[in-house]
Amino acid sequence: MNIIETPVQLAQQRERELPPPELREVVFDVSGLTVSYGGNPALKDVSLEVYKNFVTAFIGPSGCGKSTFIRCFNRMNDLIPSASVGGTILYHGEDLYAPHVDAVEVRKRIGMVFQKPNPFPKSIHANVAFGPRVLRMTDDLDGRVERALQQAALWDEVKDRLDESALSLSGGQQQRLCIARCLAVEPDVLLMDEPASALDPISTTRIEDLMHELKREYTIVIVTHNMQQAARIADMTAFFSVQIEDGKRSGVLVEYDATPTIFTKPADKRTEDYVTGRFG
Amino acid sequence: MATRAESLSLAPPHKRWGEVVIKAALAACALVSVATTVGIVVALFLPAFEFFQEVSFWDYITGTEWAPLFLQQSFGVIPLIVGTISVTLWASLIAIPLGLGSAIFLSEYARPRVRATLKPALELLAGIPTVVYGYFALTWVTPHLKDLGLGVGVFNALSAGLVMGVMIIPTVASLSEDAMSAVPRDLRYGAYALGSSKLQVSTRIVVPAAVSGIVAAFVLGISRAIGETMIVLLAAGQQPNLSFDPREAVETMSAFIAATGAGDVPTGSTEYKTIFAVGATLFVMTLILNFFSIRLVRKYREVYE
Amino acid sequence: MSAAALSAGRRRGVWRGRIFVALLLLSMAVGLLALGTLCVDVLQRGLAYFDSVLLTNGPSSDPDIAGARPAILATLYLGVLLILFTVPIGVGTAIYLEEYADRHRWYNRLLELNIQNLAAVPSIVYGILGLAFLVRGLGLGRVLLAGALILTLLVLPTVIIAAREAIRAVPSSIREGAYALGATQWQVVSRQVLPAAIPGIATGSILALARAIGETAPLILIGALTFISFNPTVMGPFTALPVQIYNWTKLPDEKFKALAAAAIIVLLIMVLLLNAAAIWLRNRYQKRW
Repeated sequence: MNIIETPVQLAQQRERELPPPELREVVFDVSGLTVSYGGNPALKDVSLEVYKNFVTAFIGPSGCGKSTFIRCFNRMNDLIPSASVGGTILYHGEDLYAPHVDAVEVRKRIGMVFQKPNPFPKSIHANVAFGPRVLRMTDDLDGRVERALQQAALWDEVKDRLDESALSLSGGQQQRLCIARCLAVEPDVLLMDEPASALDPISTTRIEDLMHELKREYTIVIVTHNMQQAARIADMTAFFSVQIEDGKRSGVLVEYDATPTIFTKPADKRTEDYVTGRFG
Repeated sequence: MATRAESLSLAPPHKRWGEVVIKAALAACALVSVATTVGIVVALFLPAFEFFQEVSFWDYITGTEWAPLFLQQSFGVIPLIVGTISVTLWASLIAIPLGLGSAIFLSEYARPRVRATLKPALELLAGIPTVVYGYFALTWVTPHLKDLGLGVGVFNALSAGLVMGVMIIPTVASLSEDAMSAVPRDLRYGAYALGSSKLQVSTRIVVPAAVSGIVAAFVLGISRAIGETMIVLLAAGQQPNLSFDPREAVETMSAFIAATGAGDVPTGSTEYKTIFAVGATLFVMTLILNFFSIRLVRKYREVYE
Repeated sequence: MSAAALSAGRRRGVWRGRIFVALLLLSMAVGLLALGTLCVDVLQRGLAYFDSVLLTNGPSSDPDIAGARPAILATLYLGVLLILFTVPIGVGTAIYLEEYADRHRWYNRLLELNIQNLAAVPSIVYGILGLAFLVRGLGLGRVLLAGALILTLLVLPTVIIAAREAIRAVPSSIREGAYALGATQWQVVSRQVLPAAIPGIATGSILALARAIGETAPLILIGALTFISFNPTVMGPFTALPVQIYNWTKLPDEKFKALAAAAIIVLLIMVLLLNAAAIWLRNRYQKRW
């Protein structure tokens, strides 16, 4: 990466390499999505489209519902009893929240990496093999583990100690292990909820480089509070903010566009305020 | 990857029956505890109800003569209750101050290493089987009390009460200590910063803040004392005695149940049903105390957690 | 306030503090002293009779040849059966309450309250439960299996509570990670939560066992008979070690009291070993999350 070029310049360069709008394949079609926890709206009326093999970033101040939103894509909000979801998310044309849809099937195809690395208290091999095992993808298990670790750029560091505890790895390595864990089940989409916020700058850079590689095969959606990170890696950026209505705070989508546009000529003043507050 | 995205139906390949079966099996496990309670209630109250068809409840609850197995039958339960209370009183006199004192020591004064050695020692006290305590009360405490010239009988309420008190100290101490550790450190620091001594902080800040948990500990200790059987069976005697004199032998409710249940009373007779009537009385008393204790614990847990 | 008055007040305060600490130490000391006295007394009385005769002979009216073999065996059998019954049901209940039950439903909250209450019901009431349902209900009779079942119900609440704590201690991030990979609820529980909770569950079960083998009252009520000279079988009459101790203690002959002390030594050794095992387990597997 040329350090002379700013993140925005990099974004503009990436934009030139993207397919034109008419050739983009829609993976997620979100319309009117509203999420409430026990009656309090956390996220209101969000609509956007996520494209295949793009890196899409959700940015915005804390409390604006970005994490809540991303968890809708793989039905993780099902685990919270008080959460209710309105509106629709179409995944390749099929409604994720239709009554016949099985959350397990959804999560097979849509994987998630969390903010704080959460390796299982087992060996490195067992961690990566867990997904294929529970999904009955046990043919050539060792091969799958190796491929996943290669894709996560972790193989060389751990290939001689696959039986050691995953907890003996550093923070950055653990996060890459979690990414490998997701990749082992051959998903379609990778959701990442602030994947590098708990990591040091060098590990962060490695994860960002990884995302460049991974987007060739996967569709990536990432939540980040770091705008420069969004500018560095995202193709499309969605800016969320908080609105207060009847004394209740809820998150709303303010603007969604190609990354260079968001950072250089945002259409909404709120976006401009947020973005320039950091860039200077 | 292309293949995965195209196998698009998000419906499960087959209904996940395994999950349903497992959830049912686990719920069935949970039902065992429900069945236990139902069983206890039925086992106690059905025969007790039958008993009260034959013996007037008023006579039972106010009668001062308990002689179910004699020719001249009498079913007044008060002597048994008096016996129970007498022993429990002595037990509480030991367990409550000593339990609270131990708890304050462990929670506020003891250094971590001291605490780490003493706490398991206290728990050991709780792990000793009650029959061993009963043995100790009968063969060591009673003779020594006699030597003190107190005029205690071979069986007496005092021995049983004292030993029971020691047995209950860990119960009172550990629940009190839990309550005191739940008190936030900031409360203590604030008081220290104002120049309070440790004594003042412990007694004026921590104990009052933890009072509902401490009272819960007392109540639970008393509940255990009321229901305890082996110590009184061995050391307090099996003579119903309407007396609070600790030097005399008494019979508690639990001792009566154990002695009669193990004996040859014919099944189905009125004498046999006394087991259940007294058992029901005992159960109701401890139930009330336990509910009290549980609610108090909930109260302090809510405040600090 | 004058300086003299201040320092006098402070001196009083220091003395008061010292007396207070002394009282507290006394509180702890009484309990520990009692424990010590008990152990010393039991050892003094019982060591003479603590020999192979105790372990190999059956009971007899002659204290010099009497032993507690059937009672010890029965206690061992009871222990094994107890673990076999309590662990699956207790852990199953704990899993249900922690992972499957909706905390907001009234019946689940009642279930929790019920378990808390059962933990504090006097052991003799469980004896009455056994008596009622054996003599009339199940018709099992006064057999070892019945004793095991009653003890199971007695310690079940304790095991449930311990298992729940062990399960709760597993961080939710582990569960989330497993769900996100497409695991079903049972897969998450059986492959991630339970393995991580096993040390805590084992510790709780061993402590429950230690308590159960010392229980006397329920067994007396369901007829753990006094004079069993043959080895116990699961479906036969039985007597357990604590009941044997009770019976010997009741006898007027001083020699039987000494024999009882010897039997107490055996029982205390069992209880001590179990407690030590539980503590060792707890320390060894203290997971640092």
